[in-house]
Amino acid sequence: MVEQVRKLLEKRVESAVELEKLRQSILDKKDSSRTCISVCGGTACRASGAEAVVEAFVDEIERRELQVQVEMKETGCHGFCERGPLVVIEPKKIFYQQVKPEDVAEIIAETVMGDRVVERLLYVDPASGEKITYESDVPFYKRQTRTIFGANGEIDPTNIEDYIASGGYSALSKVLTGMKPQEVVDEIKKSGLRGRGGGGFPTGRKWQSCLDAKADIKYTICNADEGDPGAYQDRSLLEGNPHSVLEGMIIGAFTIGSHQGYIYVRNEYPLAVEHARIAIEQATDYGLLGENILGSGFDLKVTINKGGGAFVCGESSALMASLEGKIGEPKAKYVHMSEKGLWDSPSLLNNVKTWANISLIINKGADWFSKIGTTGSKGTMIFSLVGNINNTGLVEVPMGITLREMIFDIGGGIPNGKKFKAVQTGGPSGGCIPEQFLDTPVDFDELTKLGSMMGSGGMIVMDEDTCMVDVAKYFVEFLKGESCGKCTPCREGINRMSEILSRITQGKGKREDLDTLEDLAGILSAGALCALGRTAANPVMSTLRYFRDEYLAHIEQKKCPAGVCRELIQYSIDPEKCQGCLRCLRACPTGAITGEKREVHTLNQGLCIKCGACYDVCKFNAVIRQ
Amino acid sequence: MEAADGVNAVSLTVDDKEIIVSAGQTILEAVQRVDGIGNIPALCNHPAVKPYGACRICTVEVSEDGGSKFKFVASCLYPVKNGLIVKTNTEKIKKLRKGIIELMLARSPNVKRIQELAEEYGVEEPRFVLGDQDCILCGLCVRACQEIIGKSAISLVNRGIYREVAAPFYAYELTEECIGCGDCAFVCPTGAIKMGDDGRPILPKVKIPYGEIEALAKKEAATPS
Repeated sequence: MVEQVRKLLEKRVESAVELEKLRQSILDKKDSSRTCISVCGGTACRASGAEAVVEAFVDEIERRELQVQVEMKETGCHGFCERGPLVVIEPKKIFYQQVKPEDVAEIIAETVMGDRVVERLLYVDPASGEKITYESDVPFYKRQTRTIFGANGEIDPTNIEDYIASGGYSALSKVLTGMKPQEVVDEIKKSGLRGRGGGGFPTGRKWQSCLDAKADIKYTICNADEGDPGAYQDRSLLEGNPHSVLEGMIIGAFTIGSHQGYIYVRNEYPLAVEHARIAIEQATDYGLLGENILGSGFDLKVTINKGGGAFVCGESSALMASLEGKIGEPKAKYVHMSEKGLWDSPSLLNNVKTWANISLIINKGADWFSKIGTTGSKGTMIFSLVGNINNTGLVEVPMGITLREMIFDIGGGIPNGKKFKAVQTGGPSGGCIPEQFLDTPVDFDELTKLGSMMGSGGMIVMDEDTCMVDVAKYFVEFLKGESCGKCTPCREGINRMSEILSRITQGKGKREDLDTLEDLAGILSAGALCALGRTAANPVMSTLRYFRDEYLAHIEQKKCPAGVCRELIQYSIDPEKCQGCLRCLRACPTGAITGEKREVHTLNQGLCIKCGACYDVCKFNAVIRQ
Repeated sequence: MEAADGVNAVSLTVDDKEIIVSAGQTILEAVQRVDGIGNIPALCNHPAVKPYGACRICTVEVSEDGGSKFKFVASCLYPVKNGLIVKTNTEKIKKLRKGIIELMLARSPNVKRIQELAEEYGVEEPRFVLGDQDCILCGLCVRACQEIIGKSAISLVNRGIYREVAAPFYAYELTEECIGCGDCAFVCPTGAIKMGDDGRPILPKVKIPYGEIEALAKKEAATPS
């Protein structure tokens, strides 16, 4: 016990000077020429088997007794999830992708011991067909500006010393030792940072009103209740670099004079919860959190609160109601949360990515930050690039990059030679942007002009086989399930929208339905209580605006041009093309296809459930979908 | 008219008329207290309980910058401010209210209060599949039970269109928490809650039959631990 207390006291950093000493001593111990194997331990790579790869490395290093020469590290998400599990061998940063446990012995023997590259594990650029050896040369990474996401691939998120070695907590020490709260707010204002959670509200203004609010108790809250389908950038940041979020929060709390902070994170993000917990524990042990932080006299306690997974709890007033232990329902925000929030006290709530930007702005300066981006949107943004795209993953790009660069240069375009149709940005509250706007610069204001929004950074790419009515229906149904039901427009309006869209996709739509959809959209945007309802019509309105023809095809010709809506399509076998190979017959789950080998097969419409399995397996294009 | 001095009074314009009212109240309260001004319907509001902002038919347009920019707000929640310009019955608002009432009428076609509102705002046959709910989920009963009686014998449960008024833990019957005061039935604007012969309120019928929940509970109890 005494030993433990002594050890704990030893770790505690009492001042800014001591923090610098600690940083130096960590760096001194590091041998930059030493080989370091870093395996991506993000949730996506874990799903592809990264944990087994880590184990295999640990075993192999032990077997060969290389513990002294080789460092082994499980890092946060590198972003290139499509190609996971990812392994980077430092110091040269040799980049291996889709690594399996069986590859580990070879990597150790060849690359670590022999300084040779294992060619078959390299990434092949589909455009040039060339093999790429180093991470930074991969086109996916080359076009990115990874200011807040970059450290993810380099540090072990469960080891605070890694973060400190990379310059961590220096912004906090700068603030605590030499900046007045107003100076911090001025710096954030000058940087032009806008909230990364969806609304894009100027962060500096929010901080100012929280600083100006007179109250004995104030709260600092990190909103990690990420719920957009297809978006996972907040999770990856909290998993991969929790201290960067925590450092931002401590700076924010100091600035407004708050001594209690909360991280509201979804319970479905177990790794993010665990890493945030470890980060809080370690920061407390090192004297960077808790009482008398860095000897400044400032105290802050940060508590993790696990959310039950309601989408609406990402809305600030609903989140705070949930934190208070009440039903997670929004309330009117005619008085800002920054003045009257959690338990009616001034509350500073920011998104995970917003918090992660703070230390960067303090360290590098508002001028540096505001050089990145566009006039109205500064800095970088992390997007989840998902859907029909070759390079699925998380990308960090400067604001103002065009959609085309994002999707084709970084994302590697659409798989299987299909054509691009639309991109949905901003999650269920956003809209679908068609091809003619691909050269639009991505920032808060430009996306809003197109009837979509930045949101939290979701970006779902859709190819020509996507039915836009079906997409609108999907998002409306998602919101129907997530509406809290408090206000009439959202509860009833979204339900009716979903009713109409279902009817249209079943071929039972009427021409007047489109007017009704527009009316409902007007009621939602003007009448709904919170942003969930006010933006709920965006997926419908944007698809109606850009893909009206498709709605009309469903309604008037009873056809689904993309061949998605089951009630409107029919599969049949082209006797001219059918070779009688039995593939479709075997794939059919209902036995609707009959025939003998090398004889033309027939499809029984009565038994067909229109699953499309025959269409997918036919090698001769003999299955017709119309 | 000069703007009132001090903190206790504010001057605002409602439908082109200037009024001076005491501070700390909402637009709806202020308008209801001045005769011959404004026309704001409201269903989920009751002077005895805190404002809630659920029915949204009290929505009005306000401008905080002297009239160059207007926004829609729920008048039952929006506080009066000096210099505020309020419009209670513009074409846009009439259209919005009409739309909301159409949605309410589709949910509750048999409710007299909704039928009256529909007539007033010119809603004829709703364009949607009709429901048969009497409860419009205004939450007045729940708030009265909690705020006035201090009991919380009923609550709103579930989300979205599955939301409903129910006894704690979705129980089969109201617990002894209910003292049979009848407040919930009294404040209900649609008559969805009536008092039963046993002196206890009868809650609006629910979509998930209680029987199913009971069966589920039995099944759980039967599972060996």
